[in-house]
Amino acid sequence: MNLDFRDHPAYSKLYPAPVPNVPPVFFPEKIARGDAAHLDALEAQSIFLIREAFHHFKKICMPWSMGKDSNVLIWLTRKAFSGHIPYPLLHIDTTYEFPEMIAYRDWAVEYHGLNLIVKINEDARAGRGAYAERGPIGYDTTDPVTVTHELKTVALQQVMAENQWDALITGIRRDEDPTRAKERYFSPRTKDFEWDYKDQPPEFWNQFTTSCAPGEHVRVQALLDWTERDIWMYIQKEGIPIPQMYFARKGKDGNKYRFRSLGCWPISGPVESEADTIDGIIEELANTKTSERAGRAQDHHERNAMQKLRAKGFM
Amino acid sequence: MTQQSSIDQTRRLRVVFVGHVDHGKSTLIGRIFYDTKSLPDGKVEQMQAACAAENMEFEYSFLLDALLEEQAQNITIDTTQIQFKTAKRPYVIIDAPGHKEFLKNMITGAASADAAVLLIAANEGIREQSRRHGYLLSLLGIKQVVVAVNKMDLVDYKQEVFDQVVRDYTAFLKEIGMEARQFVPVSARNGTNVALRDLGVANPMPWYTGPTITDTLDSFEPPKSLTELPLRFPIQDVYRFDDRRIFAGRIEAGSLKVGDTLIFSPGSKTGVIKSIEVWNAPEKTSAKAGESVGITLTEQLFIERGHLASHQTDAPIESNRFKARVFWMGKSNLAIGQRTKLKLTTQELDAEIVSIERIIDASTLEALPGDRGYIARNDVAEVTIQVRGALAFDNADRNALLGRFVLLDGRQVGGGGIIFGGTYSDRTQPKSANIFWSEGNVTPEQRYARNGHKGAVVWLTGLSGSGKSTVARALERELFNLGIQTYILDGDNIRHGLNSNLGFSPEDRVENIRRVAEVAKLMAGAGVVAITAFISPYQADRRKARTIACEAGVDFYEIHVAAPLEICEQRDPKGLYKKARTGEIKEFTGISAPYEAPESPEITVATGNQSVAESVAQILVFLRQRIKVDAEFEI
Repeated sequence: MNLDFRDHPAYSKLYPAPVPNVPPVFFPEKIARGDAAHLDALEAQSIFLIREAFHHFKKICMPWSMGKDSNVLIWLTRKAFSGHIPYPLLHIDTTYEFPEMIAYRDWAVEYHGLNLIVKINEDARAGRGAYAERGPIGYDTTDPVTVTHELKTVALQQVMAENQWDALITGIRRDEDPTRAKERYFSPRTKDFEWDYKDQPPEFWNQFTTSCAPGEHVRVQALLDWTERDIWMYIQKEGIPIPQMYFARKGKDGNKYRFRSLGCWPISGPVESEADTIDGIIEELANTKTSERAGRAQDHHERNAMQKLRAKGFM
Repeated sequence: MTQQSSIDQTRRLRVVFVGHVDHGKSTLIGRIFYDTKSLPDGKVEQMQAACAAENMEFEYSFLLDALLEEQAQNITIDTTQIQFKTAKRPYVIIDAPGHKEFLKNMITGAASADAAVLLIAANEGIREQSRRHGYLLSLLGIKQVVVAVNKMDLVDYKQEVFDQVVRDYTAFLKEIGMEARQFVPVSARNGTNVALRDLGVANPMPWYTGPTITDTLDSFEPPKSLTELPLRFPIQDVYRFDDRRIFAGRIEAGSLKVGDTLIFSPGSKTGVIKSIEVWNAPEKTSAKAGESVGITLTEQLFIERGHLASHQTDAPIESNRFKARVFWMGKSNLAIGQRTKLKLTTQELDAEIVSIERIIDASTLEALPGDRGYIARNDVAEVTIQVRGALAFDNADRNALLGRFVLLDGRQVGGGGIIFGGTYSDRTQPKSANIFWSEGNVTPEQRYARNGHKGAVVWLTGLSGSGKSTVARALERELFNLGIQTYILDGDNIRHGLNSNLGFSPEDRVENIRRVAEVAKLMAGAGVVAITAFISPYQADRRKARTIACEAGVDFYEIHVAAPLEICEQRDPKGLYKKARTGEIKEFTGISAPYEAPESPEITVATGNQSVAESVAQILVFLRQRIKVDAEFEI
């Protein structure tokens, strides 16, 4: 099977391509909802965490998937540092990004003035070096869990080794997945990226594990307490520009579709949705009982796939 | 804009579930999820199918125990945070584990809770952790507690069993100054009195007409705002990304506004707020508790992370010594005098326990003897703590956020504590009474208190080859490991630099020793234990050295490194004795020049017949007592 983006059934048949030459960015109308007052506390805690990370670690980086959560992270960073972003951002490019998302990336780099590092595990894609025997890693040849591990986690390990970062500010949330529910705000990882979820350090009263041995790193999970709904309400309250792919477009079959979670295109499916505004999305969330990552194939490939991926270093 | 519902999203209540292992926490939570319809569609069916496939009976606790290992062991490993909703409001559930080994996770979960559900299994009654967890809740300041007397189905729903648990546990809570809001007889497995009143079957406990678990939770208060308390603004960092100098931090209590005069503790520096910096938001002139802000001041002050800003009235306590109630969960014991780090908001200081008043068995409330000299994993104790430098804080009963701290165990948090009994002083009249230790000249005592020990000159004298340098190096290492500031002065670092213009004539030897004594005195005055390692053969020179130190108020200890000449000559590490015997070196101490042994040295170490370690131990026993500082500074 030879995968070609143009053949992607969901994207080409259900979710039409964007208008050419227009940045695929959605600028939400700023609305302060009556039920959004709790966002102030979430924002204050996240800014506090980001500032703690920046104070305690020498070489820090913020992975950026271009998705809604990581755009909220950029926003919170700029709030924490009076408009500045005092560390580099990292995009782990699996080479399976939606072209529209790459266009968004280029736009955002310009808009926020990002110092962006783009990392691809080239050897894995080309099937050379350590991958010479196995051949190229990709969705056409390999199962999605392995692809995620090799093109995301291993790529991250490579770029961490190149840059010697001692902390990563991540945008994972407790409500995304049961394994993430058990995370700490400051979560130490071994040299091999292992997460010892059975023996995590105590963390309370806003005091964290703020140092690590050489070669190890700490994941600072600044959005841990947020829910998917909080993220959307905050994007709306602040008017944070985000990719247009989160919003419904009319497909060829006459129904409207949007992406609830954006990952690699071969494994990200759109969901049927009328939501073409943030209010629409928030309303939709209030009535849904399917999980956010239901559209992501790698999570469902086998039982406990997420658990295994995360123990090996996946975000 | 669409209005979702009347649910007040702004008030999420954080609830921790605690209790003895196997008393049914996970089952109760699973049941609450099920009954409040807070689960994704198909989750229950999916779990039931999975259980059927593995030939296991479905249990509500499986809904939470998503990790493989947990299902295998049937215990909850770590705190899990998940959300559910009642008709009244949303909740964040913190499922704290009941296994004895997992105190740190229970604390991690419970420390951030607004309320607690404490489970006691009716068939087992009050157990060790029922009491321990109750005690920890009181220590963490969690006052809203509902007690779920679970597994009523296993005692045939008998009211006597329930009443007995209520009586016993109420008495226990009273002893630790707590009171449960409600005791609820529950069968988590069957859903009785959990969330729904009508389960479609006859009520097995018609004798109980009180609220369900979720009804009781709905009656709890949301966390109180700290805005009404005096201002506490710990400085988290100082940013100079552009021409602004921004003092960043989160306001923990009170409020501030542009134009306010702030006082920065420790110390008495004051500054006026010029602006509250915002990005991509309307101009701001005031801010209140809970907000992460950045401010600028009208003048340049040296303020850094760890300073605590307040208003001049109602300033915090400033001290280097205080009483606290601590709990310890470190991997090793924490002994009196052992150096650790203390973190309180953004302050971080070296600290040690100077005395243990009492150790409390959290399950029996019995006081264990405090004189065993350390606190062990899972201990709760009342202690006195001393920090290097000054700490700004509040008593926990006045402001919980500024009255609690953690102690580190290596890189990780190893324990926590709350402060009580500190004395507030009037900070509005600092000039009239000299009440700030952080004002005025730095005294030797303040220096010693900062270092945690006094400075001193440790003067080693002895023949060439007697082992002065070896003992000095081993002693320096031991002192250093004990956290003591120390440094060796010897021929290597003195002869080549400071005294490079001196030779070995009698006059130059005298001058050599004089300069060494002067340098050692200065170092000791700066708080260092200065070790000198020179032959220094003449009584007169050593007496001079002692005088130089004593006149400056520095303690001087003479240590005779005594090995018989024959042994020294036999060792002859640098081949000097051989050269002296052949006359190649003139005026060599012990051969062609005299060595005047000290008449009354503080210590004599017989390096001829004892090991280096023995000699060092002998010096350490003597020295540790004398360089110890344990008095609170004068303020």
